[in-house]
Amino acid sequence: MSAPPAAADTMRPIVRIRDLVKEYRRGVEAVRVLDGLSLDIAQADFVALMGPSGSGKSTLLNLIGGLDRPTSGSLEVEGLRVDQLTDASLARWRADHVGFIFQMYNLLPVLTAERNVELPLLLTNLGREQRMRRVAAALALVDLTHRAKHRPRELSGGQEQRVGIARAIVTDPTLLLCDEPTGDLDRKSGDEVLTLLEALNDEYGKTIIMVTHDPHAAERAHRVIHLDKGLLSEEHR
Amino acid sequence: MMTGVGKYLPLLASSLRRKRLRTFFTLASIVVAFLLFGLSESMRFALRSGVEVAGADRLLTMHKVSFTQLLPASYETRIRAVDGVAAITPQTWFGAWFQDERNQVPTFPTKPEAFLRIYPEISVPEAEQQAWFADRGGILVGRSIADLFGWHLGDTVPRKSAIWRREDGSDSWEVTVRGIIDVPQGGDTRQILMHQDYFEEAKQQAKGLIGWYVIRVDDVDHAQSIARQIDAMFANSPAETKTSSERAMAQSFVNQIGNIGAILSAIVGAVFFTMLLVTANTMAQSVRERTNELGVLKTLGFSNRGVLGLVLGESVLVTTLGGLTGMVLAWWLGIQFEPVLDQYLPGFRVPGTAFAQAFGIMATLGVIAGAVPAWQAMRLRIVDALRQE
Repeated sequence: MSAPPAAADTMRPIVRIRDLVKEYRRGVEAVRVLDGLSLDIAQADFVALMGPSGSGKSTLLNLIGGLDRPTSGSLEVEGLRVDQLTDASLARWRADHVGFIFQMYNLLPVLTAERNVELPLLLTNLGREQRMRRVAAALALVDLTHRAKHRPRELSGGQEQRVGIARAIVTDPTLLLCDEPTGDLDRKSGDEVLTLLEALNDEYGKTIIMVTHDPHAAERAHRVIHLDKGLLSEEHR
Repeated sequence: MMTGVGKYLPLLASSLRRKRLRTFFTLASIVVAFLLFGLSESMRFALRSGVEVAGADRLLTMHKVSFTQLLPASYETRIRAVDGVAAITPQTWFGAWFQDERNQVPTFPTKPEAFLRIYPEISVPEAEQQAWFADRGGILVGRSIADLFGWHLGDTVPRKSAIWRREDGSDSWEVTVRGIIDVPQGGDTRQILMHQDYFEEAKQQAKGLIGWYVIRVDDVDHAQSIARQIDAMFANSPAETKTSSERAMAQSFVNQIGNIGAILSAIVGAVFFTMLLVTANTMAQSVRERTNELGVLKTLGFSNRGVLGLVLGESVLVTTLGGLTGMVLAWWLGIQFEPVLDQYLPGFRVPGTAFAQAFGIMATLGVIAGAVPAWQAMRLRIVDALRQE
C-alpha cells in the first residue's frame, strides 16, 4: 500500500481515500485495477490524474464520483463515506455535490443546450423560472448565451464541451470530475476549456479532479498524480 | 410554474422526436387501435340505449315462431280481458321509405289513444294529439325524422312500403303529418306512427292480422304472471304466442347483435395486442439506442427508480398521445356519420364511459409495453452504460 500523498497543510481534505481496492471479474480471473490506494485531495485543489491506458485513472474518478463501488477500502468526500451509501442516496449525493465533465461531452442530442444544462436541476425543487435563471447564468459563465436554443449537432466540439461544463456547474457542486475533458478537442478549443476550468477553480473555489493523457492539460493543474498499475506516485509542482 | 412530474414532459417528449418515422408508425398503430375501440364502444352504446329506455311494465306479445309471423287481430279483445292489463295496442312493421329506398322511415300502424297511454314518456302537444286522433290518414313523426326530411305539421308525405300494398295494388301510402314526437328523457324519436284502422282498411293482404301486441300492465310485479296467462290462453292454437317484457325483448335483440359486438371486441383485443407488441418493440429499441444517455442521466443524479419512471412515462406518453388521437377521431367520425347512422343506429356516439375506459387502457398498455425496457434501464450500471456509444 502506498502512503497517502498529503494535501497542502493549509487546506482541509475534501476527498480522503484509504486502502482503496477495485477488482473486476474477467471470467474466473479477478483483475485488480486499484491496489490499496490512499490519497487526500484538498478543498479547492486542481488535480490532474495521469497515467497510461488501463492504469486505473478513470476507475478512480468513477469511484470518487460514486459511479462505481470499491471492492474494499474507504472513500470519504466532505466527511461522508460515499462507499457506504445506498444506490438512491448515492444518486442524490451525486446530484447535489458532484459535477461531471466527459471527454465526448455526453449531451442529449434531442435537447437544446439550455435543456441539457437544465437536466440536473430537474432533480431539485426549483420552479421553472428559477431553473431557467440558473441555466442562463451557467451558459453566460461559459459564454454560450447566444447558443442556448441550439441542439448539440449545431455546435462545435468546443462549444459542446462548454455546454457540458455549464451542465456540470449549474447545481453549484463542490467537486468537478473531468474525464479527459480536452481529449476530443483541437488545441485552441482545449485551451479555452482548460482556461474555463482554471477560472472555476480560482474564482469559484471548485475542487477539480481531471483525468488526462495530455501533459499540456496537466500543466494547468496545481498537482499532478500519476497512476500506474493501480499505484500512485506524485509529481509536486 | 412547471413542477412535479410535469417538468419532465419536455424530456419525455423530446425522446419521441429522436426517430420520427418510427414514432409516427408506432403512433399510427395506436391511433388505429383506439379508433376501432371508440367505434365499437359507440355501437355498443347505441345498442344498449335501446334497452335502457325500454319499459319493464310493458309486455310484447308476438308469434311464438318468429316476430315476422303475424297474429290474429282478434287476440286483442281476449288479452284486454286478462286481469292486470291496463292498455293494449296492436303494432305491425310497415317497412316504409321516403323518396329513395335508402331513406328508411320505421313506421308502425297502431291505435293512437292506446299507444300514447302505453308510452307516457312520449311527448306530443295536446292539440297535435287531437289532430292525429281525428285524422285517420294522419301520422305522428319522430323529431329526428321530421328534422332529417324537413317535414312540418300539415305536410302530406308520400311513402312507399316494400311489404304492404294498398287494395288498388299501389305501394304508395300518402299520409299527413299531424304531430311531432319528442322524448324529453332521451330515447328513440326515429319512428312514424299511423292509424291501425286506416292501415287495416287500406291494405290489400293479411286482413285481420297484425304484427304484435304492446301491453301495459297495471303493476310491474304482475308482469310475469300476466305474460304466462296470455301465452297459456293461446297455447295449442294455430298462432301460439310468446310474451315477454319490452326490456327483455330489447335485451334479447341486443344479445343477438351482441354476438357481433363480441366479435368486434375480439378484433379490437387483437389489435390492442398487436399495438402492445409494436409499442414494446419501439420502447425496447429506443432504450437500447440510448444506453449511454441513460448512463449520463444516472451520472447526473437520476436514481434507478427515476430512470425507470422516465422510460415508463415515455411509454405511457406514446400510448396516451396515440390513444387520445384515436378516440377524438372516433368521436369526430361519430358526429360526421350521425345523420346517416341515425336511421339504423340512433345514439351512435362515443360515450363518456368509453373515454374513461380508454384512458385506463392507455395507461395499462403503456406500463406493460414499457415494463421490460424500463426494468433494463433501471438495472443499467453507470460505468457499463457510459462505455456504450
